[in-house]
Formats: sequence, C-alpha cells, structure tokens
Amino acid sequence: MKKFLAFTMAAALTLSLAACGGGSGSGSSATSGSDASSSGTSTASGAAFKLGGTGPLTGSASIYGLAAQRGAQIAVDEINAQGGDIQFELKYEDDVNDPEKAVNAYNALKSWGMQISLGSVTTQPGIATSSYNFADSIFALTPSASSPDVISGKDNVYQMCFSDPNQGTASAKYISEQKLGEKVFIIWKSDDNYSTGIKDKFVAEAETLGLNVVGNATFTTDSATDFTVQLNQAKQAGADLLFLPIYYDAASLILTQANAMGYAPKFFGVDGMDGILTVDGFDTSLAEGVMLLTPFNADAQDEATQNFVKAYQDKYGETPIQFAADAYDCVYAYKQALETAGCTPDMSASELNEKLKATFPTITFNGLTGDGAGITWDATGAVSKSPKGMVIQNGAYVGMD
Amino acid sequence: MIRLANMNKTTRSSLFTYALVIVAFVIIQLLRTFKDGGVGSVLEGQLIPICAYITMALALNLVVGVSGELSLGHAGFMSIGAFLGCSAAGALVHVIPSAPLRLAVAMVVGAILAGFFGFLIGIPVLRLNGDYLAIVTLAFGEIIKSLLTNVYLGVDESGFHFSFLTDKTNLGTGGIQLIKGPMGVMNTLRISSFIAGFILVMIALIVIFNLVNSRTGRAIMATRDNRIAAESIGISVTKYKMIAFVTSAALAGAAGTLYGCSQVTFTATKFDFNTSILILVFVVLGGLGNMWGSVIAAAALTILPEALRQFADYRMLVYAIVLILVMLATNNPTIQGFFARLRTSAEEKKGGAQ
Repeated sequence: MKKFLAFTMAAALTLSLAACGGGSGSGSSATSGSDASSSGTSTASGAAFKLGGTGPLTGSASIYGLAAQRGAQIAVDEINAQGGDIQFELKYEDDVNDPEKAVNAYNALKSWGMQISLGSVTTQPGIATSSYNFADSIFALTPSASSPDVISGKDNVYQMCFSDPNQGTASAKYISEQKLGEKVFIIWKSDDNYSTGIKDKFVAEAETLGLNVVGNATFTTDSATDFTVQLNQAKQAGADLLFLPIYYDAASLILTQANAMGYAPKFFGVDGMDGILTVDGFDTSLAEGVMLLTPFNADAQDEATQNFVKAYQDKYGETPIQFAADAYDCVYAYKQALETAGCTPDMSASELNEKLKATFPTITFNGLTGDGAGITWDATGAVSKSPKGMVIQNGAYVGMD
Repeated sequence: MIRLANMNKTTRSSLFTYALVIVAFVIIQLLRTFKDGGVGSVLEGQLIPICAYITMALALNLVVGVSGELSLGHAGFMSIGAFLGCSAAGALVHVIPSAPLRLAVAMVVGAILAGFFGFLIGIPVLRLNGDYLAIVTLAFGEIIKSLLTNVYLGVDESGFHFSFLTDKTNLGTGGIQLIKGPMGVMNTLRISSFIAGFILVMIALIVIFNLVNSRTGRAIMATRDNRIAAESIGISVTKYKMIAFVTSAALAGAAGTLYGCSQVTFTATKFDFNTSILILVFVVLGGLGNMWGSVIAAAALTILPEALRQFADYRMLVYAIVLILVMLATNNPTIQGFFARLRTSAEEKKGGAQ
C-alpha cells in the first residue's frame, strides 16, 4: 500500500509539473529562461524571421547560454517593438554544452522551421551544429563559439566573437607593449579547447616578442577546486604576472587562494574572465587590479550600451556579461544584413542563406562590442574588431587605455 | 502457435527480442523511405546514438545481469572504441574507399582494442571475490578520460605521429590530425549509418544469446548464483567471468566506434562517470539479465529527454520523475498482480478452447 501511495504521489507531481511547464510559457515572470523564449514567440507577428539558437540553458555552463539567450531576447523585443519590416521570432533550445545534445536541439529547431540560426553558444557544440548548418544551408552567426574550427570550411557560418588564437596573440602583444610583467606564468585548463587554443598562441607570440614566460601549470574539470600547487609553482618561478586564459569560475578560486597564501602578482585574463564580479560569495575586492581583454564593457558611457545594460538589469536583475552583448549584436547585425539584402520572411532558409552569404562580408556593423571603427567580417566568417583592455577598479571595469 | 507455446522460456525470450528489433527497424526504415519528412529531424538525428546506446546496454547487461559483476566504467570502453575506432577509420580513408567496409574495419579495431583493455583489467580483478570490479572499472573510466584528453595523434605519408600533453605531431602535407587532445576527434566524414547500427545491435544480440544459452553461459551463471558450488564442480570462476567481461568490453568498443563515427565532434569528457551510470540505468530499468528490456529502456530513455523539450527548464526534473515512476510501476505488487491475473485468465481461455 505504501508503494502504491508513493506511486500516486509521484504521478501527481508529474502532472502538476506538466501543468506548470505548459502554463509558465505564457506567464510574465522574468526570471525563467523558458518564459523569455516563449514571450518572444508570442510578441512576434505572423510575418517574422524564425531565428533559432542552441546553448547551455541548464547545467554547469548555463551562465553563458542564459546570457546569450537573454541578450538576444532583448534585441528581438526592441526590434519587434519598433515594428519595422524586419521582425524576429526567437527560440533557444537547451544543449547542456554537449555536442550530441546540441545536434538534437538543432534538429528540434529545424522542425520548428528555423530560417536563420544563432549557431551555438559554446565551442564544442558549435563545431557540431555548424557542420549541420552548412549541410542544411541554414545561415549561422554565432555569438560566442570562438574556435576557428567552428567556421573553417563552412562558408555560411560566421562569428561575432574573436577567435581563440586572436585572443592569445592580442594578450601577448598587450602585455608586451604595456610592459605589464617581467616574468609571466600561465595557468590553463588542459581539457578545454578554448583555454588550450589561447595558451598555445600566447606562448608562440610571447616567444617572438621576447616576453619571458617562466612556466605554466594545468588543471582539468575534475581538479578545478584546488590551485595551491599551481600557485606555489608560479611563486617559486618568481612570476610577477599570471596569465589566466580560463573562465571566471576557476579564476575566482585562483584569486581567493592566491590571496590566502599571500601571493599577489598581477592577473591578466581574457574574455572568459568576464563575469568574475558576479560570482556568488566571491569577495570582489580580491579582483581589484585584475586586467582582462574583452570586447564589451558594461560601464561604457555610450548610449547604446547604457540602454542595453538598463534593459537587461530591469528584465533579469543582473549586469549583462559579454556573451549577452555578443548575442544582442548578432540580432542587430542580422537586422542590418537582412535590410541590406532586401530579404523577406517568406523566403526559405536556403534563399536567405545565399543572400546573407553575399551580404555579410560587405557590411560594417556598429554594435555594443568592438570600437568605433565598426565590426566587419571576411568571407571565411571570421570577425574583425579590436579588443578592449579593461582593469577592475572599485568593483567595476575601467578602460585601461 | 503450439510450437511457440511449447518452446522453453529462454528461446521464446530471445526470439521475441530479435523480432522486436527487426520490426522496429523495418517500421523506421519504411517511414524514412516512404513518408514525407521521414521520422522527423529530431528522431532521425538520434537513430545512430540510440543503436549505440542499445548495444552499450546489452553489453553491460552481460556483465551486470548475466555474470553478476558490477562495472561502473563501461563508458571508458566506449571511449576507447570511439577514439581508436574513429582514428582507424580516418587513417584508412585512402586505403578503403568504401565507407561501410571502412566502418566495419574500424568497429573491429575498436572492439579488439576495448576487449584487450577489458582483458588487462580482468586479469587481476576477476580473481578476487567481491565488489572490486566496480571500483577498478570506475578508476579505469576516469584514467582513460584523462589520458585521451592529452593524446595527440596524426597520420601522414611517413606514418603515425603520436605525442602526449602538447601537440608535437608536426604533420607533413596531406596529413590528417586524428585526435587533437582536449578538442577530441573531429570527423570530416560521418560514415556511420542507421543500417550499420541495426546490424551491430543484431550482432550483439546474437553473440549474447548464443553465449548465454551455451555451456559457457550456464557456467557463467553458475558462478554468479553460487561461486562455491561452481568451484566445487570444477568451473574456473576467473575464466568464465573473464569471457563475459571481455565480450562485453569488445561490444562496448564497437558501440563506441559506431557512436564516434556518427558525430561531428566528440571529446573524452563525453564518456565520463555520468555516461557509465546512464548505461547502468538502462540496464537496471530494463531488468537485470533481460535483453529486450535493455533494448526498450535504452531507446526510450534516449528519446525521452528530447521528447520533454516542451517543458523547457523543468525538462530534467520531469525526466527524473518519470524514471522514478517507471521504477515504482515495474515493482508495484498491485500492478504486477494485475498483469499476472491477465496472463492466467488468457491461459485459462486458451485451455478452454483446446
């Protein structure tokens, strides 16, 4: 009898959840990701471009997927509210940062009728879905899948972010030009594509520039909790600058543990470091003086950035990170390209694909990321924009130049 | 009909399993050929992974259900098959132009290598009496994951180039980088097909049923049920457990190759502890030693998370609750009693007709 009761209870729970899952789609609560995507669906008129993307909306990498989804949603809402010829209908599917699931998510979007794609948010899924984008002739502009493998050999996949090698080269140049450190030590994540890509290029560029790299140490996903060994290695090598081509979650631990052992070198990060000020329970005073290269600065004084940050904070209650800004820019870049090419929502995905392929290399786009010179693409899909050097002062990013 | 009813239970069960797989295959193939839009792009994309997971579940069921040992690292064998099998397929691209033949060769390579690692693990561990296999396979899965994350392998005219930790392969022109360390494997060609997956599942079933219903199989089950009694009548426990374990590892390797060759890209982190547990869940849900149960559970639980996409953020929560529901339902005495009554009444009717 007890078992039967348990069974009934579980059944009741499933049913109530099912009701909840279906019901909240039309609700107006702003915190859940599902609400954001379905509210976008409901505001769009009948003649809208169906824009789809995959990203990790749940799981350990969900902060990037949610940021990109929310950034894109704000852009879509703004464009639809203006009521021009170009209207969008946005749908994001969860890929849990797994290439296999990303392909499933992509297929779900395809059966929904996706006409143009925002690719995938993270690199490994991005490599998988972009090859399907190419095979199916659905144009993709990814906000943040940064490996060169995402775009290589696919003429209809474009990137909004810098590619990994560029970040490594740019970081080495920056450190060398600004004379930030005499002895550089690198802590990188050996099972991560992004981290490995940046580190390799950084080391290569540092050699040509005569930058003194005194050593490097690695960690993996499983050992990303204790960094005392790596920090001691850096200390013994006498490093005065730590280069951290890693994501901010591990970086926040490194900063905390370096502080605990009384080691205070300079820290230099790349765009994955963006978001370090939003980590729960992290003492942001430790991040004082941390330098990073990022294309986006939430404290920039220009009107477009301030409007975006305000809209994001009003809707989601947090400061947007670079991934959100990249996704926001993607939607506006699509708008500009679709207008330039004279596309209409009744065109098929492959017609749009041909038009966008011809248009994207010709346009110059001004967005939140990149500087005043605008953002351009070459025909391979790689973006050209300049990174901004930022330093954290009083809990906020300040431009270094 | 009477002959079917008079067959012994194991034969009936294996015939039912073959029929289940063949009918499912025929229906899906017919839909794909004749219906507009086939089986839908979501299911279409999942067909090959489903075949790979079914084979994994069958392989693990041989260890857990039939030989009574616990393996918590079967994803490790799958990753060996995936990495090395796909490397073989990549390296042979100019030697064997026919894709199905290349896939078959790659699968054999993946199966042999995974079986070899299974043998190495089995030598010390299967001599012991207790849960040591679970611990060792758990460690094996983690070690393989860490090793494969740091392997760089390439091939060019002068042969294979291998390096560890950093990329020193320096390939000549026309060289192919097969394994790229943390970036895993990137396939330029996806040579796996649904038909290959179906054939692999059938081969796995034939191998397992023939093994289980043979003298060797009965010896394996005897060591499971009572080790001391089996030893007392002269059965070598280590030998028979080894046969089951190595067969299982080899099938897992072949499934890994099938999976790997169907993906655009995959990394070693895909085959982590969670994947091992997922496969164990297929086996437990389908029933220990019950092959058709494993087939259905593996297929259903692979499709389920995708079918639940409409729940958005609640997806994995609903998935977990459905799992609990199914486990409760299959073990519920009320429901079991209901089916038992149905069966008796059906038999009574049959008896009345004769």
